[in-house]
Amino acid sequence: MAAEARARRLALRPGLALPALAFLLMLGAIIAAEPRVASYFGLTVLLGFAMPAIFAALAQMAVIAAGDIDLGIGPFLSLVNCIAATWLTDRPAAGLAALAGLVALYAAMGALIHARALPAIVVTLGASFVWLGLAILVLPTPGGAAPAWLAAVAAWRPPLLPLPLLVGLLAGAAAEWLLMRGAYGVVLRGIGGNPRAVARGGWSLLRARMSLYAAAGLAGVLGGLALTGLDTSGDATVGGQYTLVSIAAVIVGGGEFTGGVVSPAGAVLGAFIMLLTGSLLSFLDVSTDWQLSAQGGILILVLAARALRRRGRA
Amino acid sequence: MNPQPAEAFARLEGVAKSFGAVRALAGVDLAVPPGRMLGLVGHNGAGKSTLMQILAGALAPDRGSIRIAGRDETRGWDVRRAHGLGVRCVFQELSLCPNLTVAENARIMHPALSGWGWRRRARALMRAALDALFPGHGIDPDRQVGSLPVGQRQMVETARAFSETDTAVRLVILDEPTSSLDAAAAANLLAYTERARARGIACVFISHRLHEILGHADEVVVLRDGQVASASPAAGLSEAALVERMGEVRGEEEPGATAATSRSGARRLSRPARASLGERFGIDVRAGEVVGLSGLAGHGQREFLLAAFAAAGHGGRAAHGEGAVAVHGSAAHVSGDRQNDGIFPLWSIGRNTTIGLIRRLARAGILPLRAEAALAARWREALSIRAPDIETPILSLSGGNQQKVLVARAFATEADLILFDDPLRGVDVGTKRELYHHVRAAAAAGRAFLWYTTENAELVHCDRVYVFARGVVTDQIPRAELTEERVIRASFATPADLSRHGG
Repeated sequence: MAAEARARRLALRPGLALPALAFLLMLGAIIAAEPRVASYFGLTVLLGFAMPAIFAALAQMAVIAAGDIDLGIGPFLSLVNCIAATWLTDRPAAGLAALAGLVALYAAMGALIHARALPAIVVTLGASFVWLGLAILVLPTPGGAAPAWLAAVAAWRPPLLPLPLLVGLLAGAAAEWLLMRGAYGVVLRGIGGNPRAVARGGWSLLRARMSLYAAAGLAGVLGGLALTGLDTSGDATVGGQYTLVSIAAVIVGGGEFTGGVVSPAGAVLGAFIMLLTGSLLSFLDVSTDWQLSAQGGILILVLAARALRRRGRA
Repeated sequence: MNPQPAEAFARLEGVAKSFGAVRALAGVDLAVPPGRMLGLVGHNGAGKSTLMQILAGALAPDRGSIRIAGRDETRGWDVRRAHGLGVRCVFQELSLCPNLTVAENARIMHPALSGWGWRRRARALMRAALDALFPGHGIDPDRQVGSLPVGQRQMVETARAFSETDTAVRLVILDEPTSSLDAAAAANLLAYTERARARGIACVFISHRLHEILGHADEVVVLRDGQVASASPAAGLSEAALVERMGEVRGEEEPGATAATSRSGARRLSRPARASLGERFGIDVRAGEVVGLSGLAGHGQREFLLAAFAAAGHGGRAAHGEGAVAVHGSAAHVSGDRQNDGIFPLWSIGRNTTIGLIRRLARAGILPLRAEAALAARWREALSIRAPDIETPILSLSGGNQQKVLVARAFATEADLILFDDPLRGVDVGTKRELYHHVRAAAAAGRAFLWYTTENAELVHCDRVYVFARGVVTDQIPRAELTEERVIRASFATPADLSRHGG
């Protein structure tokens, strides 16, 4: 009975099977083209840059769960990257304080959007220029160096599972636990579905939205740190592409643009899928210049397929 | 003023509330004794929903006091406090999150559902509540609410209001709880409220179905213009008496008294009988006529209206071949589903009225704003839409007045044929009577109406009624021969019956 209910709940989760299948197919295609990928070391190299994408996708998912969208997460990763490659190395306490301040700024952004009933798409777009400007102020030209401990973490080779897969598993499980299983997570998703119903349940919408934005800020900081650990230096423009990647990952993973329909596990899978499009193209001898087009194409395909399926059901 | 002053579980005194310039409540006293059901009736816009939102803690009153279980709770009265004291509300527009499951929606209302195993407890809670209210409901607590039909959503919301975790339910407000339930579920709910009352739970019951109020409430309070017009025991009241107390009923002449138009006007719509479907009646609408469409809901009336709209050249594909609808002249369509098919929620009353006319009003692509405003003001006046001015946002109006705006929009297009898709669903009696009056007046001026209604009582306003069953017209009833029994018989007719009776 309980097992059956659990199986049904999993089946009900918005299209988790599809991104899982897509991920495995893409991985299979790459392994077929280059069998050496199918090793601990091969997977570590192939999937390494999935780590910032995973955190960016989870940050985006937290915002989309509130029924909003975050157009500033990419430049935010850049800003974290610049802070991590300078202050965090030179003055760790100031660096940590700055990163904590960034999380607080994200929560404040959520509060502003709620209190003034502003469209999140505009606020986060404006914020993206603020993040970029701050990043350039912190580090005008690419350079700096990641703290040694951060580079060491990014280069860590855990037993059994390659680091990117381990990070994806842990981050995805944590987000699933908090948002999908946890009692307060239900309230958080509820504000994306029907905020008035949540308010009539006696919950503070302000607190809920701030919690989601703070979670997004935290995930963004982790993503920026992962990026710094991999790059071992700072660059104020390095994160730009992650805005598109994070939105695409959430949608490909089964999330919806509106209505609070999200899937943390799906977002993690979506981040891997977005990363693999680039690798798949290079293994197929297609110029990686096409990577952005391919990622955008996948997004359109997924949305079109979903619209068709919905029409078939109606 | 109150018959049982000492006993009331909830007591509102002098409660007033305004939304901008619109005064919704002008000092209302209300007492709800434990174990009793208070019926609350009134026009749309009389203040029922506002009053109940205040009682439920979802709105703060401008003035007045709230006493619960003998204690003054006016200060700090909000939804949380109301829940804590056992006051629950089933809101008219459902308060469920469509992206969450039934059990997760229980969690939204019950802060106590948290910690280890809360899902299991939430599931059991909702299953038990649904079983108690709606035996045989067939709703899985793990289903996403958005995937449930609207009737089942209403069941979930109602059951959730009666479910208990750490606090006992003392008072449940039911705002139009039966509007989207089928007859069996509505009967289940009303029977359950009797059992709940026996346990000392008080209910406030709002419905436009007066017979439900009279049949189940202990006491009936009539609201009019934000004030209590009368409060008296339900026993001994009649529907007519309630309607009278709701007041403000204009144009109350007996509908049958209007001179029946002869079928001599210009033909506006025609559809020949489709012999291959066993149909014996073609449909024919002439200028100056009000023609009704009846039958059980979902038996092809709506599709026919849309086909007629398409035939008048408004989008969609006009059908050809057997049974094709022919429309002569222009047509306008008024939907009863105003939220989805009718209003532009961000626009003013004026723009909502004139949107159908923009092309004709425009001069060289520019809209003369003064002419547009004058037109909107004229129709607001003509249909007595209750709003300070036409610049008021449409969402500030009550549901009935919003519906009037949609009717005004159709009238303003000066279309020859007006297609009504059950436009008065959920509208109060007073507004309905006013609109009947306007329809008759417009018909007398030469318009034609094709009017689909789910309320048989409205058919008496029609010159002729076509009854649909399974997409086929099974009877054509002139007004003189109209009886409810004949409508019902035709509604349940099958093609086999038709050929047998028709010979």
